[in-house]
Amino acid sequence: MERQNEYVLRTVEERGVRFVRLWFTDVLGFLKSVEITPAELQTALEEGITFDGSTIEGYSRIQESDMLARPDANTFELLPTDEGETVMARMFCDISAYSSEPFGGDPRGVLKRNLERAREKGFTFFVGPEMEFFYFRSGGTVEPLDSAGYFDLTAHDLGSRLRKQTVLRLEAMGIPVEYSFHENGPSQHEIDLRYTDALEMADNVMTFRLIAKEVAADNGVYATFMPKPITGAFGSGMHTHVSLFEGDVNAFHDPGDEYGLSKVAKHFIAGLLVHASEICAITNQWVNSYKRLIPGYEAPVYKCWARNNRSALVRVPISKTGKNESSRIEFRAPDPACNPYLAFSLILAAGLRGIEEGYDLPPEATDNIYALTDEERLVEGIGSLPGSLRDALDAMEHSQLVKEALGDHVFENFLVNKRREWADYKADVTPFEIARYLGTL
Amino acid sequence: MTELLLVFPDPAPPLLAQTLDLSGVRWKSVGNAAIAMQYEPVDGWTGAVVCADDDPEGAFTLCRTLRKGDSRVESILLLITGAQLHDLEHREDLFDDFCLTPFHPKEFEARLRHLMFRAGRAGSPEVASYGDLVLNFETYQAAVNGKPLDLTYMEYELLKFFVTHPGKVFTREQLLSRVWGYEYYGGARTVDVHVRRLRAKLGEENANLIQTVRSVGYRFGQSRWLGATPPREA
Repeated sequence: MERQNEYVLRTVEERGVRFVRLWFTDVLGFLKSVEITPAELQTALEEGITFDGSTIEGYSRIQESDMLARPDANTFELLPTDEGETVMARMFCDISAYSSEPFGGDPRGVLKRNLERAREKGFTFFVGPEMEFFYFRSGGTVEPLDSAGYFDLTAHDLGSRLRKQTVLRLEAMGIPVEYSFHENGPSQHEIDLRYTDALEMADNVMTFRLIAKEVAADNGVYATFMPKPITGAFGSGMHTHVSLFEGDVNAFHDPGDEYGLSKVAKHFIAGLLVHASEICAITNQWVNSYKRLIPGYEAPVYKCWARNNRSALVRVPISKTGKNESSRIEFRAPDPACNPYLAFSLILAAGLRGIEEGYDLPPEATDNIYALTDEERLVEGIGSLPGSLRDALDAMEHSQLVKEALGDHVFENFLVNKRREWADYKADVTPFEIARYLGTL
Repeated sequence: MTELLLVFPDPAPPLLAQTLDLSGVRWKSVGNAAIAMQYEPVDGWTGAVVCADDDPEGAFTLCRTLRKGDSRVESILLLITGAQLHDLEHREDLFDDFCLTPFHPKEFEARLRHLMFRAGRAGSPEVASYGDLVLNFETYQAAVNGKPLDLTYMEYELLKFFVTHPGKVFTREQLLSRVWGYEYYGGARTVDVHVRRLRAKLGEENANLIQTVRSVGYRFGQSRWLGATPPREA
C-alpha cells in the first residue's frame, strides 16, 4: 500500500491537484462525495477520514454514527477538466466502522465480499453493462430533445453531440466504451462499457452516471437513468453481460457445445433463472422499474433463456468463432438506476449457487413467449418476474441467498426503505386514476 | 538510456525479477556467457547480478568470463545460499559483493545501489524514455511529447515495466505476477483491461507502442528480432 499512497501524494503535488474527492455509495446507489485538500490527503490515506454515517441512507444508527472512509489508492484518477480549470482528482473509499471492522452497510464492501467468495472457487467475475438513458430539457418535465419529431435534425444532433462528449470524457478517465448509439425511444441513448472485473465496473458505472449527468448539465439539459420515463415508449435497461474466468481461461466457453457454452455457464444461467425473482428488488429497485418490465418493449418479463429472443431474461449472444474470451451471457433484467455494487453481487451469487448446486438448465425458449397463454407457459415451466416492487420485496424477504450475499445490515435496511417507498406510492392518487375515474365515477 | 543490468540465470527467479522491477533498474536475464555477449549494450553492461543457488557451476563460469573478456563487467553482485558459503573460497576475484538468499528485498536493493555507486554508475535511473514517451521514476509522472498522462497507479506501474523491458514479449501471467503480484480481483484478464486503458491514454499515435502478440501476450516497442514485422491487432 505504501507505494500506491506515495504515487497518489506525488501525483497530487506534481500535477497541482487542488481538491481530492473521496467517493462512496449509499445503499440505494447514490454517489456521496467528501472533498479534501492536498494538506489532508496523507492522513486520509493512512488513517481514513471520519464522517457522520447516520446521515447516509442505509448506513448507521445515531448511536454508532462515526464511520471511517478509507480511500482506495488504486482508484485514484484525475477528473477531466478544461484548460485553466481547477485540477481535481477522485478516489473511491471503503467504509469501516470506528472499530476498523469493514462496515456491513457499505455496498462496495458487499461486492468485495462476494468477489472474494468467487475467488475462493477459482473464478474472477467480469461484467460489461449497456447503459441506456434519456436526455430531457430539464429534470422537472418529460420533454425529449427530439420530441419535435424525427425530422428535427438540430435537436437530434444535440443528443448525439452530448453522447460523443460523454464517451470522450469516459475514455479520458480510462473507462473504455465499446459502442454508443441512439436508442429506440425519443432522445434515448445507449453507451456500452467495455467489460472489466466487477469491482472496477461498479466504480465505473458510478463514474459514468455522474459524467453523463454533468455533460448534460454543462449543455443546459438533463440526463436521466429513470427506468421508464415515458408511457408507451421503450424503457431504459442495463443489460448486463457477464462471464467467469479461471485465470486466463473463459470458464463459460466450450467450443464443442452446440451453444458454445460450458457446463459452468449453463449452471450459472440456471442459477439466474431460479433466483431471478429473489434478486429482482435489487436489480430493479424502484416503483418505476416495474413499469419497464412489461411485454412489448423488449424488456424481459418471463424467466427463460434464448439465443436470439430479445424478450428472454437471459440471452446467449452468438460468440464469434475462435474468440473464446467473448463467450458470455446477457442478463437483461437490471435497469441503470440500480446500485451496481449490489446488483453485480446478486447476479454473481445467483449464478454461483447454480454452479454449486449443479442446477439443470431448462430447454431454450424458442417460440415467442409473449404469444403463449399463461397456461401454456405454466406447462413449459416458465414463470414471470415480479410484477411490482411489492412482489419483488416479498420474494426477496424470503430469500436466504439474498440475505447471505448482501449481509444482514444491507438486507434489513434495504427492505425497510423499500417498504416505505411502496407505502408512499400506494397512498398516492395517480394521474391515471383521475383521468380514468373522476369523470365517470 | 543505455543502463542495462545483466542478470543470471534466464529466466530470473520471480522474487529477484520483481525486486529489480520495483527498484526501477533496466535489466536483462541471460542463460550463459555467449548470450551475454550477444545482448551486450554498446557501452557495456552496467553491472551483473548472478544468482548461484540453482546452478553454481554455470554461475561461476559466467562470472569468470565476465571478468576476463574484452568487455569486462565491473560490478558483480553474487546471490548464494548460506550452505554455499564455502564455495566462495578461492573465488574472491569473481565477485564484488554477495548477498545471501533468500534475500530481503531492502538489503538486496541497498547492496546493489552501493555497488553501482562505487562503480560510478547510477543503479537506479530516474528517467526512462522510449520515443516520445518519457517516464520520471522520481515523480511518478509520464508524459508524451511533454504532455503529462493522467494514469492510475497500476497503469503507471505497467507502463514503467514495459518501458524498462522494451522489445520483449510477456504473457499475461508474467505481467500479472511481475507488476501486480497476484493480489488482485481481476486475475489475468486484468492485464488486457489495463493495456486497453493505457493505449487509450497514450493516444492514437502511440497506442501501438503496446502490441498484442497473438495467443502469447504483449510486447512494448519494436521486436528485438531485426526485420520482423510487428504483429498487428485485428
